[in-house]
Amino acid sequence: MAEQEEALGRSAPVIEPGHTFATVTDKISSIVLTRPTSKSWIVGFTVGFALTMMMLFAIGYLVVRGTGIWGINIPIGWGFAIVNFVWWIGIGHAGTLISAILLLLRQSWRNSINRFAEAMTLFAVMAAGIFPLIHTGRPWLAYWMFPYPNTMGYWPQFRSPLIWDVFAVSTYFTISLVFWFIGLIPDLATLRDRSHNRFAKIIYGILALGWRGSARHWHRYETAYLLLGGLATPLVLSVHTVVSFDFAIAIVPGWHTTIFPPYFVAGAIYSGFAMVMMLAIPIRKIYNLEDFITDRHLQNSAKVMLATGWIVAYGYGMEAFMGWYSGNKFDSFLLWNRLHGPYAVWYWALLICNIGIPQALAFRKMRTSPLWLWLISLVVLVGMWLERFIIVVVSLHRDFVTSSWGMYYPTKWDWMTYIGTMGMFLAAIFLFVRILPMISIFEMRTLLPEAEVKE
Amino acid sequence: MSAHEKHQHPVYGLMAEFDSAQDLIEAANRTREAGYKKIDAYSPFPIEGMAEAIGFHKNGVPLVVLIGGIVGGLTGYALQYWIATMAYPVNVGGKPFHSWPSFIIVTFEMTILFAGLSAVLGMLALNGLPMPYHPVFNVPRFALASKDRFFLIIFASDAKYDAAGTRQFLEGFHPRSLSEVPS
Repeated sequence: MAEQEEALGRSAPVIEPGHTFATVTDKISSIVLTRPTSKSWIVGFTVGFALTMMMLFAIGYLVVRGTGIWGINIPIGWGFAIVNFVWWIGIGHAGTLISAILLLLRQSWRNSINRFAEAMTLFAVMAAGIFPLIHTGRPWLAYWMFPYPNTMGYWPQFRSPLIWDVFAVSTYFTISLVFWFIGLIPDLATLRDRSHNRFAKIIYGILALGWRGSARHWHRYETAYLLLGGLATPLVLSVHTVVSFDFAIAIVPGWHTTIFPPYFVAGAIYSGFAMVMMLAIPIRKIYNLEDFITDRHLQNSAKVMLATGWIVAYGYGMEAFMGWYSGNKFDSFLLWNRLHGPYAVWYWALLICNIGIPQALAFRKMRTSPLWLWLISLVVLVGMWLERFIIVVVSLHRDFVTSSWGMYYPTKWDWMTYIGTMGMFLAAIFLFVRILPMISIFEMRTLLPEAEVKE
Repeated sequence: MSAHEKHQHPVYGLMAEFDSAQDLIEAANRTREAGYKKIDAYSPFPIEGMAEAIGFHKNGVPLVVLIGGIVGGLTGYALQYWIATMAYPVNVGGKPFHSWPSFIIVTFEMTILFAGLSAVLGMLALNGLPMPYHPVFNVPRFALASKDRFFLIIFASDAKYDAAGTRQFLEGFHPRSLSEVPS
């Protein structure tokens, strides 16, 4: 039995033995309450903050001068803004997947990574949301996309996938935010009761809403949490589906395919888990959380990446197959152009990053080595960014009429905005681990053997 | 509650502290069986069967979520129908104004949005949260309820409550501590 478990890679426990309710509580809450702010935290936050300022500068200049400062042109009207939007929103899928879908599937190992995966989701969706907003060219009029009675007598066009996107992304952000917040309430109560700093006590006290752990409250709480999980599950699958409709509803070769929704969703989960690993591996090392984020978590996440990577590979295969099988000359030209055109080097890089290198995860040695797992996750994130670049730019740059062909070169403003959003994401993550419990304390308590009661 | 009654019940309840979830659920079951109706239990995490042990069966959350979802879906579809056919009809490629397949996605998103917000706000409202002050917080040891201790309270408003008898009853469970909760 033990050997079988070992062979299945289930031998590593979800939580190391020897912990009690008190030690779990103290260990996680002390990171926020008593651990002094380290030099590396200050350095990391400063870097993130500085990059955020760079992003704001780039956006400020954009508002003054208009989207002409970017590399976009006709025919490539979408460029970096949409590439980065899709990339970030994809990363934002892992959080809700982990907290909702794995909740419904009763995968209790999720309890130690769901909190910061959800936080990561929120920050990634914030970073994503910036791009379509500034891409409108006049971001101060973005509220026109929402249906509200106005003196212009105008209403949004609900037959447009871009309006679907507004609803999908804003619903996703709202639901992710409330899901994260209600998960935090009992832990905020713990921080309120543990904190010795009066200011912290008041702030955590307000945020905890007066939570006192009553059995009646827990009962309704669990029902609401489970129902939210059930609602968030189709939602998370719908978000990237709707994002893929932005492409698939159009008739551009390389976009107009029915494989897009499932392949976008799989790609989103793929990159989302890669980002979770990128963050979890250093965090568990720095904060000595190997007891809670064990090798089991790394292995399971690696397996999810491996499986979703195969779905993505199938998607690429199907695109290539349809390019050949459809007999449509524009579709087969697209395939030829990807493999041999001016951006071919990036298409090959994409295949190596997303299909080639991640196959190493099939080996247990790779899945259990934090360093290798971190590096492979980085490769996947690069690969998934390249995928969106190929989809947006290569499809647009050579369409039906040769006279309208063009090339796309991102400018320094494109790069400053993109790297700036990474800084914003980083700064937000640093703030989060400093002021909120990054692991769900009450859900960790339920994993302990003492939490079980006999009838 | 009138001022006179308040004077009669200067005490909010009697609270016993336990070391484990098992002790709490057993004590709660026996308290309920002894005929106490107005009781509550506090724990640092949800315990399976705890709600039944204190005799709590009504859970309004699913109904609230269902209503929220239905209202959200209807709102979403009605909004689009009204805009597309009456308020702002635009002929797009000769498609019918009521081109319902295009309206499914926003209807779906609105259903999820309303149902999800109903789950959160409904749960908080039914729980009476936010509630910054509650008498149980007056017991200093109650701070441990969010860490590793388990508390059972019998409210003074219970018909069967009497200061001495109830104290004796709770002492029978050998709690770690027993405190009177001032109201």
